[in-house]
Amino acid sequence: MKKHGPIILLFILLIFPLVVQNSYYQHLVIMVLMWVIIGSGWNLLAGYTGQVSFGEAVFFGIGAYTSGLLFKHFAISPWWGVLLAGPIAVLLTLPFGWISFRLRGAYFALVTLALGEVFRLVAIVWESLTGGMVGILVDTTFVSKVPYYYIFLFIALLRIASTTAVINSKWGYYFLSIREDQDAAESLGINTVKYKMVSLNLSAFLTGIAGALYINYMGFIDPEVVFSLHDISIMAILVGIVGGVGTIYGPVVGAFIMVAVHEFFRTGFFGLFKGIASLTGSDFMTTVAKYVSEAHVLGFGVLVIFVIMFLPNGVVGDWKKITAKLLPKRDKGGIS
Amino acid sequence: MIFEVKNIVKYFGGLAAVNNVSFKVNEGEIFGLIGPNGSGKTTIFNLISHFHSVTSGNIYFNDMDITTLKTHKINHLGIGRTFQIVKPLGRLTVLDNVIAAAFSKAQNKSDARKIALETLEFCRLDHRKDILAKSLSIGERKRLEITRSLATKPTLLLLDETAAGLNPTEVDEAIDLIKKINDKGITIIIVEHIMKVIMTISHRIHAINFGQTIAEGTPQEVANNPAVIEAYLGEQYAHS
Amino acid sequence: MEVFLQTLVAGILKGGLYSLIGIGMTLIMGVMGIINLAHGQLMMVAMYITFALSSFFGIDPYISLLVSMPSLFILGMAIQKYIMNPLMEVDSILPENQVLMTVGIGMVLTEIARFIFSSNYKSVQTSYSNATFFLGAISFSVALVIAFFIAIGFTVLMFWFLLKTDIGRSIRATAQDRDAALLMGVNSKKITIITFGIGSSLVAAAGTLLIPIYYLFPDIGGPFTRKAFVITILGGLGSTVGAIFGGITLGLAESFGATYIGMAYDDMIGLIIFILVLLFIPGGFKRFTKI
Ligand SMILES: Nc1ncnc2c1ncn2[C@@H]1O[C@H](COP(=O)(O)OP(=O)(O)O)[C@@H](O)[C@H]1O
Ligand SMILES: [Mg+2]
Repeated sequence: MKKHGPIILLFILLIFPLVVQNSYYQHLVIMVLMWVIIGSGWNLLAGYTGQVSFGEAVFFGIGAYTSGLLFKHFAISPWWGVLLAGPIAVLLTLPFGWISFRLRGAYFALVTLALGEVFRLVAIVWESLTGGMVGILVDTTFVSKVPYYYIFLFIALLRIASTTAVINSKWGYYFLSIREDQDAAESLGINTVKYKMVSLNLSAFLTGIAGALYINYMGFIDPEVVFSLHDISIMAILVGIVGGVGTIYGPVVGAFIMVAVHEFFRTGFFGLFKGIASLTGSDFMTTVAKYVSEAHVLGFGVLVIFVIMFLPNGVVGDWKKITAKLLPKRDKGGIS
Repeated sequence: MIFEVKNIVKYFGGLAAVNNVSFKVNEGEIFGLIGPNGSGKTTIFNLISHFHSVTSGNIYFNDMDITTLKTHKINHLGIGRTFQIVKPLGRLTVLDNVIAAAFSKAQNKSDARKIALETLEFCRLDHRKDILAKSLSIGERKRLEITRSLATKPTLLLLDETAAGLNPTEVDEAIDLIKKINDKGITIIIVEHIMKVIMTISHRIHAINFGQTIAEGTPQEVANNPAVIEAYLGEQYAHS
Repeated sequence: MEVFLQTLVAGILKGGLYSLIGIGMTLIMGVMGIINLAHGQLMMVAMYITFALSSFFGIDPYISLLVSMPSLFILGMAIQKYIMNPLMEVDSILPENQVLMTVGIGMVLTEIARFIFSSNYKSVQTSYSNATFFLGAISFSVALVIAFFIAIGFTVLMFWFLLKTDIGRSIRATAQDRDAALLMGVNSKKITIITFGIGSSLVAAAGTLLIPIYYLFPDIGGPFTRKAFVITILGGLGSTVGAIFGGITLGLAESFGATYIGMAYDDMIGLIIFILVLLFIPGGFKRFTKI
């Protein structure tokens, strides 16, 4: 199972939009794929290199705005932004890394958070460039979701394949050494500043592209969406820690769980509350249903607290712990 | 002469942790650095490997001034070091710890792996290669420190109290290992609190107290030096 | 000149409240060695308590300090005791797990507030909410002046506690040098619980004092958490005197920024100062005050 898992998953993903033609479900899987790209990027920098960033939105946002601004100011197709977003995000890692990598631990986390917020605020106030809170509207190319699906899938696969390759190379050993002990790493000849930068570059490149894809897909961005601390930077962290930091497939599982939880709440537990409300005709239940549909962040919060407390290595990292807890019960029940 | 420190001074705030220390180390030598607790030995190592910058003075390696080079650069030039307070890469296996180090000189991963396995065998740690570094005993951790830094193929090795906290058998094993490393032609500067170790293996010894040089010479000469005796007696009284 | 003085006064008055927020944060950060990214959210809880007492029972905000502060003291202690302390025993890859945990706590608090009070803006109108008096040509908001002096009162009280009581001295010692304090046998668990309680009740006081002059909505916590860590880093981690300097500095910077650069920049100014301080004055103002 362990060996064939990824291949089966790949197969399912490849045929998914052909089998499931409901565009709502296609949209959900596109969101999962997007979060795989962003979450794995955060994971490379934080989970493997130990630099817990609260600023992933900087690169997502700059990718989105690269596309958006080209369209807005030069009427160039936003698809060109997809090509440019990666290099521009990497260019931005230079000042970002220069500022943040001289700080360690919690200070690093804080300064990346501050940098992320500065970008959001700049995008809001620099109206002549960005249009401010009005945002940017672009024309979407396809009506069907299928083309977007395969593009996101391609980038997500690229993310996983490249991360796997990197982690098994010299760079991977260097990243892990930096995570475990920066002083030891330096004494062993590892240029910690340089390799933190390498890790950040790899992380930012595809996350920038994801941002550019996002505007092409959604047709609209504004600063509060793409530079959002909670909806992008912290969401990326949640994807990582729920799935499992420092594992390749952690962010894949994490992205799936986070999107699922989001939908679970948004639909009021898949219509459960609305159902009860209409069955009983109770006003109270109608109100509850309305609140629940907006309470996905509460779900995220509870999930984070639970995961950090009981599954500190995430679902993938603590998979053994989970199965050990679940399997004995199954034996007793005699189901297996 | 492979290595020299010249008039190095290090202030931490108002405290002179190292105050005008100079010494030269010959190629192939085991050079002992001794002094009571807090006399500045670890600080000297931290200055050499540039974890701290010197307040003044210079450090030369193979006639090159390395005083201002970055820590990783110094390792690339061929100076390896261990830490008195060990710094294992805890959640990596012992083998991966050493592979990460071996990349310092290796061309590719299989090369790094080969160097790592050889070094582990040389240091007699190969039987533990697949366990996580954080689950090693203190003696094994000290050994991993040495193994890791050897895997970066240094020509000069700085050992900081690698025998501290070991039991008598382990101490003897450590002495054997250090001699074996030296036999390969690697120059060693060793900081050690246990007199037995330092007296039996050092060719020459440099003694400091309160960051200042108090004696230098053969183990015999240093052991009989009144200033050294006083410094260590003082320490014993302070401890009793 | 008048504009300048007016701006200066507004900045200092606001800074007094910010100091109160900062002292709570710096104690928590110093003692626990972590950033509390739920600090502003705790303040938000206190603000809603005050709002609820006022709108349901007509209790004056200043009197509800007697409720909001003890409530947050208990909430803070409970968070430390039942969530943060057990977390210390959990082995994880990222040492920042505790910081991430405070993010989770902040999210839960915010959403619970949204659940109860909805996302709408709320405010409490008191007889003094819009009252002002003049000294020369400079106008003073009555509520802000009262808040400023109460904040100073709490600050003085806090100093008395930190300097004169045994628990206070342990907290200060731990905040300034955790390892040394642990070596000296300070009971760290008990100290962290009390500290989180005190830090929370101080920020609760700030929140309650803001109520007559400020509006309230569930997401108000985030910006104040940011202000709190800016103040703390400005002042130097663990330094209570530094937190006062940090609070006043941020208050002034925001005030002058709003007057001379533009209202929209007021949030950004704090963040940019923060980044500059981290880069160029590591250790913050503590370097200069040594307290
Ligand atoms: N990073 C540092 N900051 C401040 N003081 C230090 C630091 N490192 C060492 N010291 C001080 O320098 C002196 C020498 O310490 P050290 O070199 O560790 O001694 P030794 O290794 O000989 O026992 C001690 O007084 C110690 O407290
Ligand atoms: Mg030492």
